[in-house]
Amino acid sequence: MNDKYNHREKYDPIIPDAKEWPVVRLSKHRAEFVDKVTDLTFDSIKSKRKSVKGLVAELEKTRYLEKLRIKKSPWKVDPEDDYEFWKNVKQDLLSIQSQNGQGEKSADAVLQSIIHRYADEIAGHFKQSSYKFARSVVTYGFARLLNASQSKNFSGLFRGRKTLRDKIRIRGDVDHVRDLATKGTLVMVPTHFSNLDSILIGWVINELGLPPFIYGAGLNLFNMSIFAYFMNSVGAYKVDRRKKNPIYLETLKMYSNQALQEGCHSLFFPGGTRSRSGMIEQKLKLGLLGTTIEAQRAIYERGENRKIFIVPVVINYNFVLEAPSLIDQYLEKEGQEKYYYESDEYSDSYKITKFLLKFFTKAAEISVSIGQVIDLFGNYVDEDGRSVNKSGSHLQTRDYFMQGGKITVDQQRDYEYARLLSERIVEEYHKFNEVLPSHIVAFVAFVQLRKQFKDIDLYSFLRLPEDELIIDNRLFRRNIKKLRKVILNMVDEGHILAGPAFELKVDEMIEIGVTNVGMYQSKRPLKRTADGDLITEDIRLLYYYHNRLVGYNFDEYVR
Amino acid sequence: MSGKTVGVIGAGSFGTTVANLIAENADVMLYARNKETVEKIAQSRENNGYRIHERVSPTNSLEALAGECEIIFPVVSSSGFREMMQNLSGYVHPYHMLIHGTKGLDVSLPPGKTIDDPDVHLSRRNVKTMSEVIRDESSVVRVGCLAGPNLAREIADEQPAATVVASAFDTVIAEGQRLLRNDRFQVYGNKDLIGIELTGVLKNIIAIAAGMLSGLGYGENTRSLLISRGMVEMIHLGRALGGNMEAFIGLAGIGDLVATCSSKYSRNYTVGFRLAQKEPIDQIIASMDEVAEGVNTVHIVKRFAEHYKFRAPITEIVYKIIFEGLSVEDGENYLMKIPLNVDINFM
Repeated sequence: MNDKYNHREKYDPIIPDAKEWPVVRLSKHRAEFVDKVTDLTFDSIKSKRKSVKGLVAELEKTRYLEKLRIKKSPWKVDPEDDYEFWKNVKQDLLSIQSQNGQGEKSADAVLQSIIHRYADEIAGHFKQSSYKFARSVVTYGFARLLNASQSKNFSGLFRGRKTLRDKIRIRGDVDHVRDLATKGTLVMVPTHFSNLDSILIGWVINELGLPPFIYGAGLNLFNMSIFAYFMNSVGAYKVDRRKKNPIYLETLKMYSNQALQEGCHSLFFPGGTRSRSGMIEQKLKLGLLGTTIEAQRAIYERGENRKIFIVPVVINYNFVLEAPSLIDQYLEKEGQEKYYYESDEYSDSYKITKFLLKFFTKAAEISVSIGQVIDLFGNYVDEDGRSVNKSGSHLQTRDYFMQGGKITVDQQRDYEYARLLSERIVEEYHKFNEVLPSHIVAFVAFVQLRKQFKDIDLYSFLRLPEDELIIDNRLFRRNIKKLRKVILNMVDEGHILAGPAFELKVDEMIEIGVTNVGMYQSKRPLKRTADGDLITEDIRLLYYYHNRLVGYNFDEYVR
Repeated sequence: MSGKTVGVIGAGSFGTTVANLIAENADVMLYARNKETVEKIAQSRENNGYRIHERVSPTNSLEALAGECEIIFPVVSSSGFREMMQNLSGYVHPYHMLIHGTKGLDVSLPPGKTIDDPDVHLSRRNVKTMSEVIRDESSVVRVGCLAGPNLAREIADEQPAATVVASAFDTVIAEGQRLLRNDRFQVYGNKDLIGIELTGVLKNIIAIAAGMLSGLGYGENTRSLLISRGMVEMIHLGRALGGNMEAFIGLAGIGDLVATCSSKYSRNYTVGFRLAQKEPIDQIIASMDEVAEGVNTVHIVKRFAEHYKFRAPITEIVYKIIFEGLSVEDGENYLMKIPLNVDINFM
């Protein structure tokens, strides 16, 4: 069911009337929703910190961290009154402390105002009109750019959308996902490799005829007006990774939790940030994932039965534009444990526009692999949304929250469920990862080189001058043949997916891989020499693209 | 479902002991595979020389037990564990809690293969702890285990003792404590389920070796040498199997190791002792009512260590003595010649 590509035309929307879209309903009551999130977050925080003293300490810590953020990493998107607001918080806290809590403003009120500020910042500004506009820009505009670049003449601009569909291959059981979107609430959790993922996945959701999802997009993306426009129009809410204080995190989680309870299909990148190493996420962030569990429990507690479903998605590129800076950040962090700030390689709209143009005009195929839908406890679900366990019998997900015959609130248990869910998602990622020819050539080339220099550590290896790194083509070809066989066996057993190039002859596949891996990167990760061997112009980039197949123990098949 | 009655699966000596312990705090259903055993328990209120608490009612139906009990303690030998779970699986739901007391490993291989086939590599993919078998075979997620120095005979005699309930879920630990604790029996909690399971499993290898040394007539110096070196080996093996060191230095690790390395009540110790007395292994196993898990564990762990290419000298020697006919004396000589001159190299 999953090993077929979707060549059919765009799907009809499952909810034609936009007024019925959950995200539209939510945006209509934006102010009330923000208030609701504020109140619930307030209650939740208060229930954990009973004493005024403890609360004031918490507020003081938050204020300090915020001050540090404003000073050290200010962003364009930050509100103008940021400094002012936190200065006032300082005043309030001072007066509370000096007057033993008898001041004009209570600690509770300060907390309330901070939460409200956060909730308001997080909440999206979905506009139906601009959603439609953004959608048409993405679908038509980019399709035409793509066509033009393909046919190299102007008339290409007016060809259909088919080329985009051919370039972006969606595979997976789309009908199942569409069915479940009408029966429950979907949470789409894609892998994250590029800033482009957000737009790409928005396009995919629309292409599948699903109503817009709300999604947690990095606030840094809103720095760029083009992105900000798209994000706001597709129901994005803002996640600021600079703010790590508990009050902010609690507010963010409450927002996601409540939106899920309202039935909004949601999307977030559970890895939290783009994979720096180029590896498939091995560990996921549990914060937002945990909100799915909490929301589901709350739905059951209300006596409702609507289920939340997880849709893992693996996106695969031959070419990630930001790869050089990502891998540098990764190595810097892993290798020398240097502290680094969240830097933005695309800090202005000009650069990002250039990036998008380059991407849509030049990018080789992209594969979007939609995994099998699972419930929050990792069980697959059937066409009616019922959970099925490993032995094939149905089970009630409500039972996971039951103890002594009733639903119980147990945060530690639910945290553990979130952890187990994260492991299941990672497992599914590996299953639905589609091996592109560029991945297998990068993997084999890197491991082959690495084994030549196995006595030095990885970091010294990556600093070797590139002219010492020659990949013998005969051995390379033999290695590819062997690994390809292993991968195809795994495909048969359902442990991984292979791209269409795997149906070609080995040499054809290799050439596609070598041509496509990191194409348009100024330094090519792989290149053919005159005498047929392979060289690399940037070993770190080769390492990056190789990392895509780490985690399958493929090393042992490469000599 | 009342939710109050607690289930115990397996009426061996430890299963019976666990049932009796719980019976001080709750009603218990005790499952025995054998119909005759059930009838015998019902009539004589005794099993394998252990009296049966009045709140324990025997049953032959897993369906009835799972329907009645939300919390279940499976205590069956590792060789029968997976099959038991397959039989139970249809009756348990995600609201069930399973806390097992089995100190052994499970190996799943393709049909027709045995662990001695040269093309079979034992890795963490096919070697599972019992909690992993439970997860494999059922929808139950709230899983825990019992481990510690719990010689059934001594608990039955109401001597003071303690155990560890390990689970990733606080609520499983809390329920385990509530059900097992009494004035003479202390229950500690631990969050490292896999680590605790592994300590219980691996210590059986060392227990066999300890029995051998006693069988040769050696005293306490030799025993403590074995226990401390055995501990190091357990930690190395445990780490390779995915456990943390911390589990090994607690009650379920060092505590259980000391108990089983010194007690004739331990089946594994007894196996080693009788081997040193030159009794053939087949005869020893045939004469025992219940399984000495250590024999099977040695076999699995030896093959596992081979696959990962690391040395586990005590395990290797015990393996050679049991399965390859090496004499206990030669084994002991061999061990004493290994140049192990670093005391602690795992911290």
